[in-house]
Amino acid sequence: MQATAPEATGVAASEAALPGAAARELPALAEPSLLEQVGAVARRSVVRTFRQRALLIFPLIFPLLLFAINGSALTAARKIPGFPDVSYRDFALAIPFIQGALFVAVSAGTDLARDIESGFFNRLALTPLRGSALLAGQLGGAVVVACVQSLVYLGVGLATGVGIASGFLGALVLLVLSIVIAFGFAGLGALLALRFGTGEAVQGFFPLLFVTIFLSSSNLPRNLIKTDWFKEVATYNPVSYLIEGVRSLIITGWDGEALALGFGFALALCVITLSFAGAAMKNRLVRT
Amino acid sequence: MRRFVFVARGVAWRSIHNTFANPAIILPSIIFPLFFLAAFAGGLSSISGVPNFDYKPGYTAFQYGFVLLQSSAFGGVFTGFAVARDFDSGFARRLLLSAPQRSGIIAGYAVGALVRWLVTGSVVTIAALLAGMSLEGNGVELIGLLGLGVLVNNVAALWACGVAMFLRTEQAGALIQMPVFIVLFLAPVFVPLHLLTGWIHAVARYNPATAALEAARGFIAGAPVKVALAFAVLAGAIALMSLFARRGLASAERAG
Repeated sequence: MQATAPEATGVAASEAALPGAAARELPALAEPSLLEQVGAVARRSVVRTFRQRALLIFPLIFPLLLFAINGSALTAARKIPGFPDVSYRDFALAIPFIQGALFVAVSAGTDLARDIESGFFNRLALTPLRGSALLAGQLGGAVVVACVQSLVYLGVGLATGVGIASGFLGALVLLVLSIVIAFGFAGLGALLALRFGTGEAVQGFFPLLFVTIFLSSSNLPRNLIKTDWFKEVATYNPVSYLIEGVRSLIITGWDGEALALGFGFALALCVITLSFAGAAMKNRLVRT
Repeated sequence: MRRFVFVARGVAWRSIHNTFANPAIILPSIIFPLFFLAAFAGGLSSISGVPNFDYKPGYTAFQYGFVLLQSSAFGGVFTGFAVARDFDSGFARRLLLSAPQRSGIIAGYAVGALVRWLVTGSVVTIAALLAGMSLEGNGVELIGLLGLGVLVNNVAALWACGVAMFLRTEQAGALIQMPVFIVLFLAPVFVPLHLLTGWIHAVARYNPATAALEAARGFIAGAPVKVALAFAVLAGAIALMSLFARRGLASAERAG
């Protein structure tokens, strides 16, 4: 990317750097399109993500480990009257997709924060690169990680005998939904990075984000949660609807309401976090 | 011996001071177990309705046993993070140079971990009691429960110190906590051992953490079980982890 950034700046920056006649002799270059700008930043983000294998492996393994343990340890929950007529492993497969999305949020935020801390962001800000391209591109690596994660989780689920009630098409919709969710959380990571500017602050939010999964309908359907306050919290917790959207495709089939709520909350998460991240980006660029 | 105590006291004091003077360090170790208690005892309380779930004091007490030991183990783990941070910052190297009896360093960190857990464990206990937990054990049994927590904390602290001293970087964090996390979750966390089925039952049956967890739940219920086994397993683990931590210290000494 360091080689690409000057190309992306177009002629304006070059002219600014050259005095008088020398600048006038330069050929006029067209400013790269928004898509090209996003592509350049995204390419760097993807390459950087793949170079840091630890960032790929830990988010993959940890949710699968919890899936393996909880999928077996909570098998007894099937005996609760009213529990869906599926194995607990089928019920629990939705959780890794959401946990993986949270890891994506942290890695996307940490990467962006590192750029801010190292001064690379400031150098980019001096170029004519648009703020929106910078933000969208920075999340490119996160989207790639989300795609890989989702495919692995689905593959592991199928390999361990989980059936997808909505069939092949449902599996595709599940992948799309999980990627949208991951993108929304990546936007949250970016927002935290832009707002606080340090990787430590982004990572400090991880436990709080993780708790939102525990305080949702992740382990039991909401109607089977006995403790009233917990049921209330799970009902108002948007993460419950993200999980239920993914879960419906695995255990129910085509459930319009669950899918509408799942996609609705996922898209709302994207819109809200990216809007705030965009505003935070503008503020940071102004400060630069 | 005097030099050992002198070093241990100094390191323990610094560890305790750093922990309680910095909210960013103490708060996560308090908040994490509280969330686990809320999520497990609140969200999974329907599990107590499963046939053959026979833990009399109720599901909150059942989960309190786990969360108490978990907070104890993580008191040790978080102290390992502090050791790693001391190596990253260069403080640990200066400490190694100045300590007249270096094994006191490990003891000092272990005492720091214990004090950290005594605070965390108290908060978890108060939260569980406020949530309506019924503690049916008598005074002696509750002291037994405390003893289990102390030993688990010590095992985890020695493990964490060992790893941190071998690797001497904050990046050792994942390696410090993941094995502890896995060992704890491969015990009967959500239901009693006899309700587990499949591979998790086989693993939990031979997992040393299971004995400690069942003994803790027995103390809470006022019906002690596997007490001798739990204490023997933990004493053995402490002996093993002491050797490991000592070798970690030797490795740090060699590295200079």
